[in-house]
Parts: sequence; structure tokens; C-alpha cells
Amino acid sequence: MSHTTPEYAIKAEQLSRRFGDSLAVQKLDLEVEKGRIYGFLGPNGCGKTTTIRMLTGLLKPSAGKVHVLGFSLPEDAEKLRLRIGYMTQKFSLYDDLTVLENLKFIASIYGLTARQQKQRIAELLSIYGLQAKSKQLAGSMSGGQRQRLSLAAATLHKPELLFLDEPTSAVDPENRREFWEQLFDLSDQGTSILVSTHYMDEAERCHKLAILENGIKRADGSPDELMQQMGASVVEISSDELRQLKQTLTELPEVISAAQLGARLRVLVKDSVTDPIGFLSPHVSTNAEDQLSLVRPSLEDVFVTCTGSGRERV
Amino acid sequence: MNPFIRIRAIAAKELLQLKRDKMTFGMIVMIPLIQLLLFGYAINTNVRHLPVGVVDYSQSALSRVLVQTIGATQVVRFTQQYSNLPEAEAAIASAEVRAVLIIPSDVSQRLVRNPSVGMGSPSATDAETSRPVAQWLVDGSDTIVAGAIKGLRGMPLVELLDKPSNRKTPTFEVTLLYNPEQRTVVNIVPGLAAVILTMTMIMFTSAAIVRERERGNMEMLITTPVRPIELMIGKIVPYVFIGAIQVAIILGLGKLLFNVPINGNLMQLALATLLFITASLTLGLIISTIAKNQLQSMQMTIFVLLPSILLSGFMFPYEGMPQAAQYIAETLPATHFMRLIRGVVLKDVEVINMAGDMYWLALFTLGGLAIASIRFKKRLD
Repeated sequence: MSHTTPEYAIKAEQLSRRFGDSLAVQKLDLEVEKGRIYGFLGPNGCGKTTTIRMLTGLLKPSAGKVHVLGFSLPEDAEKLRLRIGYMTQKFSLYDDLTVLENLKFIASIYGLTARQQKQRIAELLSIYGLQAKSKQLAGSMSGGQRQRLSLAAATLHKPELLFLDEPTSAVDPENRREFWEQLFDLSDQGTSILVSTHYMDEAERCHKLAILENGIKRADGSPDELMQQMGASVVEISSDELRQLKQTLTELPEVISAAQLGARLRVLVKDSVTDPIGFLSPHVSTNAEDQLSLVRPSLEDVFVTCTGSGRERV
Repeated sequence: MNPFIRIRAIAAKELLQLKRDKMTFGMIVMIPLIQLLLFGYAINTNVRHLPVGVVDYSQSALSRVLVQTIGATQVVRFTQQYSNLPEAEAAIASAEVRAVLIIPSDVSQRLVRNPSVGMGSPSATDAETSRPVAQWLVDGSDTIVAGAIKGLRGMPLVELLDKPSNRKTPTFEVTLLYNPEQRTVVNIVPGLAAVILTMTMIMFTSAAIVRERERGNMEMLITTPVRPIELMIGKIVPYVFIGAIQVAIILGLGKLLFNVPINGNLMQLALATLLFITASLTLGLIISTIAKNQLQSMQMTIFVLLPSILLSGFMFPYEGMPQAAQYIAETLPATHFMRLIRGVVLKDVEVINMAGDMYWLALFTLGGLAIASIRFKKRLD
């Protein structure tokens, strides 16, 4: 198809992928706006990686249509390669090459001339704080350093669209914060980003996100939208006998889930209950110290509500 | 975009990885070096000093002189004496000796009447006079050993009787070209170059694609704009040089240590070698696109390597094989290179005169590259 300028970086309709008897991704509709950070939130095995592989042209969809940057996949996958960057879940650069050698290799593969290479690699080493490590073998670096190297390699050719598959899974919290700062910098420069994660705090940083479970999209929208449209209220209860209380409450049909957070119990009550505090009070012991309060929902609450995995959780 | 930049990038990357893999890097030099030394000294089809026994029913001075005369040929070495036939047969079966000489009690009568001694002039067709002097019992399961003993059949015996021999006129005059001294090593060394190249070249590249997959680099590599053919060429280029180094080691040491002549033109040799190296490398690449892991690629390498050693003419003459086996041998690059390298090195042939072999190697390389590139999919499914 001809290359027009679409408003969406990614548009997928009814995207499905089958592996043998199991459906890894089912009828996924997806619209990712340009210049935004879009998140895939879901547990391991929910189809995040499979979806990303289909969107990068590495896997052929069993059914459905995909347009990425206006190219239709999988037919135009080769033309798309120069314009996307992909950071794989597992470190996929060469362990037995140094940082510099890895970057030079990638730069040559993307056709940068010697002069361009030198300039771009110097730039990347400074952005990602790898100058001191440039002569070190990639295999001997820490998780955080390898992740920065991967990001440097994935963005070396200045792609319009960046795919990041669980980029922070092997990284400590300090490095995760920094990493997200770098993603926002890239986003600011106009790069569209699709990132998959199973961390709630990371998902909350995305402009928009989709919640996936068993290959099915359960919800999508901005984090605020998702929290508002959650269809449940959140009540926190302070009590001495939380374990017992949790048992009692989870058995009520109106309660979606109850999870203990230290000395408090976080209870999700369906929207059909107009006065959640009044509804819960009778079940809570009459102890004077016990308190019930309505709190702002978090993304985790959204996740629990729409994946329905709340009840099974301990 | 320039495909040469990408090919160079892949080739440079392969060389760097090879350099860091000390064991493999060492093998490049050690394999040809050690195997040449080992086989150059070890393999010899001129059998000498075979351990044999004797059963002497005559117990005469003549029989003892006969044994000494045979021993003087150095083909055999008498190590055992047996008193009877069953004992001798048991010794052959248990591999104590390879053959036993049975000297009959009437050995002296047999000898004087033997036509080769020429005492009288009875007709050689006479059953009485054409009786052999003695008998060899040979472990015939090894044809080379049997052949060596058979060679003793026409051994002159006149020295025993101190008389001039009946001159025999050979039916044919035989002139041995290229290896007049009949040294096995002259044939072995160029052949060894072909075998070692087959082994190392196929082995290096058969792991090439599989390794990227096993180490998890494949997902990154196929997301880049690199084309399969560029990847394939980039993967084989470094090994062309390595192959050239190995041939130089083998032929150079062959000349230095075993005095194997290099009669041919070096450019001709380089041309034939280059074609063979690329053919072997592409064969390895095809294996690499089929194998799922490095163990499988190793198994397939050996599957190709054995016929390359046994059918290519390295160990046994090509012409001795049945037609069907010859067809199989013809598909193997090693068979063609075996002819080419022996031709150029020993006989100073110009490769243009062996164009058929050259064409096959070239065709094999191009076809192999095409197959490997087509088989390599830039997808994970």
C-alpha cells in the first residue's frame, strides 16, 4: 500500500495469533497515537511479547490487519525495519563484544557512514552514561548497564517508533526511574513508544495503556480514564483482625476483591453499591479504632477489577 | 544503502567473536598442525615388518636359510615357532601373528625342482615340478596385509642354491610418474588438506546461524534491515582467510617435514582452494539453517564429514567404488578438490584442464548461498 501520513503510529484490527491449539492473542484492536507512550500491562504469558512481535513483523498474525507507520504487515515488514527500533525482553546484543563494538555493528547494519557512526555513538554513550564502559564486554555488565546499552542500540538509527518489551524487568528501582526519564526525553523528541510491563507504577506513567489478560484486551485508555471508569469504589479499612475480615468480605457478591496492605485492608466494591462505607460498616467489628475511608483508586485496582483475577488472589 | 558496509560489519563481528573464543582460535592452527604430523607419519600403505610365525616340518638347514631369506625382505618378521598346524591357526585367530609359513618336510626336493631355480628343464605345467616350495597361511581379512604377503609369491630363491637365476622377462614395463618412490605421504598430505578444510570449514559455519539463535541474538538481528544474502556472505568471508591459512600450514609443513613437492603454480592452487573453501562454507551455512541447536549442527557436520573422508578418494581409490557410490562422491565438494589439489600440487596441472571439477565447486557455492539465503527467514515463526 502507498505510504500516507497516518495519525496513528500503530493500528491493528482483530489481531489474532494461534500457536498450535492455544490462542496467544485474540481479536486485539489497537490504536497507538503518534508521539505518545503506550503501555501494555499484563501478567507474564498474557500475549504482550507475541503482540509486539506481530507489530514488528517478526511473527505473522493468524488473522487480522496491522498497519504500522502506514505500512501494512507482514508484507511490508522489510520497509518498516529502518523506521522502528525494538528492544527485546532478553538482552540480544553480543555478550562477547564490547559496548563500542556492539554499537558500531548496529550502526553499520543500519548503513551509517563512518563519520555519522562516530558522532551518533559518542552522543548515545553520553546520553546513556556508558562512556566509561565503552571498552567493556557487554556480557560482563550489570543489568541496568545492559538495558541502557540495549536502548542505545535500539534508538541508534533514530526510529520514529520504538518497541520496548519489558525493558525494566532486570533492573533495580533507581535505574527504572532513570530509564523512564530517558523514555520521556525520546517521547518529547517525537518518538512514538510502545512499552510492555508488569509493573503498575510504570503503566501509570504511560499516556495510554491497554490491559491484557490471556491474549484478550480487557480495557484501554489513559490511566486517569481507566481509574474513573473502573466501575468500583475503593475502601480502606483499618482493623486488628484483617485476616478474618478479609475472609468475610470476599464472600460478599458485591465485593470484587480485598487485599491486605500492612495494617489496612483495601476493598473493591462494585459501583452498584451507592454507599460503600455504609454497606461495609456492618461487617466490620464494632471496635472503636476501626476506620473506613473512601480512597482514590490506583491502577492496580483497575487491573484487578478488569482482569477478574482479584477473587483468586490471596 | 550499501550492502558492502553491512557485509563488512558482519564479517568484522565474526572475526571479533572468533578472536575472543580462544579455544576455537587455537584450533585453527592446531587442527592442521597436529593432524598433519600424526597422519603424515602414521598412515602408510607400504606394509613392513608384519609379525609372522613358522611351522617347520622339515627342520633342515635349508628351511632355516629359507626363513632367513624371507626375513631379509623386511616384509615380515618371524616372531613365533609352532609345532603343528592347529596351533598356528589359533595364533592367527588370536592376532598373535598375521600369517604363518608352513615348510613341508620335502622342502629340499620341491626347491631343486622348482622351475625358477632352473636345475633341469621340465615343463612348468608338470604337476610334479610346479609344486610350490612352501605355503603361507594368511589372515586374509585385511586386504592390505594379504596383498603384502601375496607379493612374496614370486620371490627369487636362487640365492639359497648359489646359482644364477632363470631370467624372467616381465610382460610390461611400468614407469611410476609423480611419486616414483611410492611414498604414501606424497598422496596423503594434499588429501589431508582437503579433509581438514572440509572438517573445519563446515564446522565453523554450521554453527554460525544456530549460535545466533541459541545465544538470543537472532531476534535483534532479524529486526535490522540486514538481508539474508548479506548475512550469509558476511558469515563466510572471515573463514575464507582462515581456510587459506590452514592450507598454507598443511602444504608448507608437508614440504618441510615430509618433502612433499609442490610442483604446481601457486595461483592455480589458490584458485582451486578458494572455490573449495567457499563451497564447504556454504554447505555449513545450509546445515546451520536446518539445525535447531549446535548439537544438531555438529551431528550433521559429521554426517557430511565421513563420506568426505571415505568416498572422496582420500583413503581409497575413487575408481574402486561401485557406480552408485561414485555418484554420491561426485556431489561432495571434497571429491572434486581431492582431484584438483593432487593434480595441481603433484602433477602441475592447470585448473583449466580440470574445468569440470572447478565448475562443480563454483556451482555448489552459488547454489548453496541461494539455498541458505532462501531458507533463512527473517521471522520467528
